[in-house]
Amino acid sequence: MKTKKSPKAIWWSLFAGGGMAAALALPALIIITGIIIPFGLEANEPMNFDRIHAAASHWLIKAIFFLLIALSFFHCANRFRYTLADVGLRSVGGLLSFLFYGGAIVGSVIAAVVLWGV
Amino acid sequence: MSAYRRPVSNMWWLKRRSYIWFMIRELTSIFTAGYCIFLLVVFYKLSQGPEAYAGIIAALKSPVSVVLHIITFAFVFYHAITWFELTPKILVIYRGEERIPAGLIAATFYGGWVVVSLFIVWLVLLA
Repeated sequence: MKTKKSPKAIWWSLFAGGGMAAALALPALIIITGIIIPFGLEANEPMNFDRIHAAASHWLIKAIFFLLIALSFFHCANRFRYTLADVGLRSVGGLLSFLFYGGAIVGSVIAAVVLWGV
Repeated sequence: MSAYRRPVSNMWWLKRRSYIWFMIRELTSIFTAGYCIFLLVVFYKLSQGPEAYAGIIAALKSPVSVVLHIITFAFVFYHAITWFELTPKILVIYRGEERIPAGLIAATFYGGWVVVSLFIVWLVLLA
């Protein structure tokens, strides 16, 4: 039996991918930028411009961060869209989808442009 | 024809503690997206040259930044825990005839989380 694929399946996959990527990668990054760097717990100044710039110029690093950031945007868009529907905005569901998924698409384009520019 | 929908108060989520935790779980997504926007700002500053980059690294040391990071960490950590607990329950994987137990999938996620976290710290600070 063949089932018709709904566009919801695409949004749901992006939501799931973003939830997983954010759960795996963000806590460690937040500890680095929020605790380790401000309290000077790192050795040999690993955050110096030349080293970080060289790393961020590599296509693989750009691709990984693009996926992490863009998928997280879609994850947030999906959760927020359904949460707002749950608190009484179900009647404007189409508008919510347009605003939130549209926002995630715009955010992803901005992410691509910024990362491309490094 | 649309089915009858019983009217529900928009404040339904305040009625039970578990509903409030559900709402907090949904709100974690603002913090994940917010932190990603912050990451983009760091990359943007990096593309603007050493001075702009030094500015944002110095800004990380301000108390406001540290407090925001701690709040963000609490929400993102809650997202991670709930994600690793809930996903195995809806992810049905079979090996042959047997369904792989949800606990085993969750354990794999937690193990993966530790490995990815250590790898990130190594890559950013030590490599």
